[in-house]
This record gives sequence, C-alpha cells and structure tokens, in this order.
Amino acid sequence: MNPVSQAVVWLNDPLNWTNPGGILDRLGEHVSMSATAVLLGCLVAWPLGLWLGHTGRGGGLVVLVSNLTLAVPTLALLTILPLTFLGFGRPAVVVALAVFAVPPLLANAYTGVRQVDPQTREAARGMGMTGAQVLRRVELPLAVPYLAAGFRTAAVQVVATAALATFVNGGGLGEIIRFGFGLSIAVGGGQILAGGLLVAGLAVSVELFFALVERLVTPRPLRRARRRAARRATDAVTGS
Amino acid sequence: MSFRLSYRADPGNPWFSWQYVRDNSETVLNALREHTTLTLRAVLIAALIAVPLAVVAYWFRPLTGPILALTGVLYTVPSLALFAFVAPYLGIGVATVLSVVVLYALLVIVRNTVAGLNQVPAEVREAAEGMGYGRWGRLVRIELPLAVPGILTGLRLATVSTVALVTVGVVIGRGGLGQIIFAGFQNNLYKAQIMTGTLLCVLLALVLDLLLVGAGRLLTPWLRGRTG
Repeated sequence: MNPVSQAVVWLNDPLNWTNPGGILDRLGEHVSMSATAVLLGCLVAWPLGLWLGHTGRGGGLVVLVSNLTLAVPTLALLTILPLTFLGFGRPAVVVALAVFAVPPLLANAYTGVRQVDPQTREAARGMGMTGAQVLRRVELPLAVPYLAAGFRTAAVQVVATAALATFVNGGGLGEIIRFGFGLSIAVGGGQILAGGLLVAGLAVSVELFFALVERLVTPRPLRRARRRAARRATDAVTGS
Repeated sequence: MSFRLSYRADPGNPWFSWQYVRDNSETVLNALREHTTLTLRAVLIAALIAVPLAVVAYWFRPLTGPILALTGVLYTVPSLALFAFVAPYLGIGVATVLSVVVLYALLVIVRNTVAGLNQVPAEVREAAEGMGYGRWGRLVRIELPLAVPGILTGLRLATVSTVALVTVGVVIGRGGLGQIIFAGFQNNLYKAQIMTGTLLCVLLALVLDLLLVGAGRLLTPWLRGRTG
C-alpha cells in the first residue's frame, strides 16, 4: 500500500481522532499553545513597535531583531528555554514560540506608524493633539492594516513552528509526525503523511483566515496601496 | 575551564564547558561537517533551480505571479510537515533533508532574483538592445550581473535560514548540529552540549553570511565606492 492510501486509512479511523493523544487532543494543544504565544508576542511587540515608529527611532533595532531570530534554530530555542527559570513544560514552549512571533509583529507595527503621511501627523499636531493623542487617535488607526498583516505572518509562523514543540515533548500536531517516524517509515508512513497533512492544513487555514481578517479591517479605498505596502513590510521580515 | 551564566546555576551542569568540547570533539566536528556540507549543497541546488526560474518569471511576465505564488505556498507549509511529505518517498536519509531545505530556500532566492532583475533600469536594457545584444546576450552580460546584489541578498537569507532549518532534520536523525542539540536535551538536559550545538549553528550562519558578503564585493566592483 502506498503512503497516500495508508494516510487516508489512518485519517479515516475514528479512534485516531478521539483517543487520548489523538488528533483532536493534539489540535487543541496546538491551537491553544500557538494562540497564547501570538498574544504574548503582541503584548511585547506591538507597544514597542508603535512607540519606536512614533518616535521614528530604532529602525536598526527592528532589523537586528528579525535577523537574529532568523539565525537561531527553533530547535535550539525550544531546548534552551526549559533550562532557564521557565522550567520544563508548556510555559517554556510558549515563550519560545512567542520569540518567533515578535519580528513580524514588531516590523509591521513599526512600518505601520512610519508610513503615516507626515502631513496627517502635522495636521493632528496643529489641532493641538499631544504626542500620545497623535499615536492613539491618528497613527494607530492608520496602522491597523499593517498590524493585521503582521498578525497574520506571525500567526502562520507560530502555527508552523509549534509543530516542532514535539521535540521537547510539548504536544501539538507535531507529535503525530514524530510518533509516526518512531514506528519506522514502513509501518508509520501513513501516519507520518497524515500528520504532515494536518499540520500543513492548519497552517494554510490560519493563513487564509487571517488574510480575510486583514482584508476586512482595511478600508476599501486603501486596499490596493496597503496591500502593496504590507507586502513590502512583510518582505522586510522574511527579508525577501 | 567553565563559566556560569545562569542564575542559580547547577555547578554540575554548566552552560558551557570546554571539557565537553574537548572530550567530544570528534562527534561535534562530524556534526559540524555534516551541517556545513548539507547547507552548501542545499543552497547550491536551490540557486541552480531558483535563478533560471526567476529568469523565466522575468522574461514571461504572466508567469511571475504563479511562480511566486507556488514558492510562497511551499514556504507556508511548516518544515516538519514537509519532512512528513517527503520522507515516506525518499526514506530516511540525506536526500530527504536536502529536498526539504531546497524547497524552502527556493522562495527567498526566486523573489530576490526577480526583484534584482526588475530593478535593471529600462535605459540600460534599451542601450543593450541598441548595441545588438539578443535576449541571451543581454541576460548573461548585462542583466544578471546587474542583478547580482539582489541574487546575493537572496543567497544570504537562504543560507542563514537553511543553517537553522537543517536542525529540524533530527526528526529523521540527520539534523547535523541539531543532532547535538537534541542529544543534549535527551541527555538529562546537558546544557553544555545544547549550547555548543546552538553556538556552532549561529557561528556557522554568521561565517557563511560573511563569506557571501565578501564574494558579493568581489563580484560587484562597481558598487564598492558607492556603498562604502
């Protein structure tokens, strides 16, 4: 039997879904772990990015952060953090994932504020707004499409990375793949492939879902220009 | 010699230890060698596929969208899932790691090469045409050399992320330095082993990046004065 039909058989066994440690359990772990990590990343990256963008300083820092996280292997961070005060377990995994969520969130928040038309900013100042008011009532609303774009990139990246949590016994859909490899390819080939399909399917659904959200929060006249600019901001992160 | 960085560090489990590196130099060097050759081969193969693909995207504009979208989708698929897709067919070996890593590196190189080719000024293209260059001549003598900075940016990013990505190969036991990191984790959280693997990874990425920067300076003598 080839791996594809093996995978279909494996996915069609209801016990593989409902057993303890089955697909549903793993999916729940995967999603909750990723969601916590992205939210944690937002808490850190958005205030910092908005503030750096507001003051117009720290562009170098943003680039440095994204370059550094590119070079550090996920596996290394996942194994190192449990050794610190975080201890072994879920918190360490979440923090490690959050670290990988920070660069896209930070870069997009920064770019989002920086791209606000200087004339708009001056007009707001001329109306007597203080710096904090300009940030909250002018720059922040105009940066929302960028924040959404960053959120999408970060969410997809974290969901993808969360699959690696299995190496530190952190749960998630990656477990299915690793257990499959544990069974050897001849026996576990179907399970490996099924796990891969589940992980990839989740990543692609998250991508599509947040692409829709991004579109909804962008006012229609701005969509064209924003999309181009958002892509540029995302490119600054993936560096491409 | 060992020094402790951690708060409340356990003296029996230092963050770094030369003792470990000395005692296991052979294992570590083998892992480093495997990691380096995997990375270099992957980037080379990726470049050999990606640059022609980018040229096709550049020549035939309607294909630019699909080519970038295809490589983009490959990039969205999580690395572990890609291993899961490839391994049942290619088995547990270097070929699997190589193909996964190459698929990932494609996007960055294709995108940057297309960007590099697109920023060749139209006047330059017209001048080349006026001098009687054909499509191929123009590509090889004018456009590709002018796109070198873009190609190089792609290669650098691809190299750095490949070094990090190879570690995921531990899932099939071919992770290079990832093998050291993972073994340290399983080895009762042996910090020195984990840190040695990690530092070597980051160092390898840095060294390869610097080499590419150097190569880029050699290849683009006309830019040297400008960027300083």
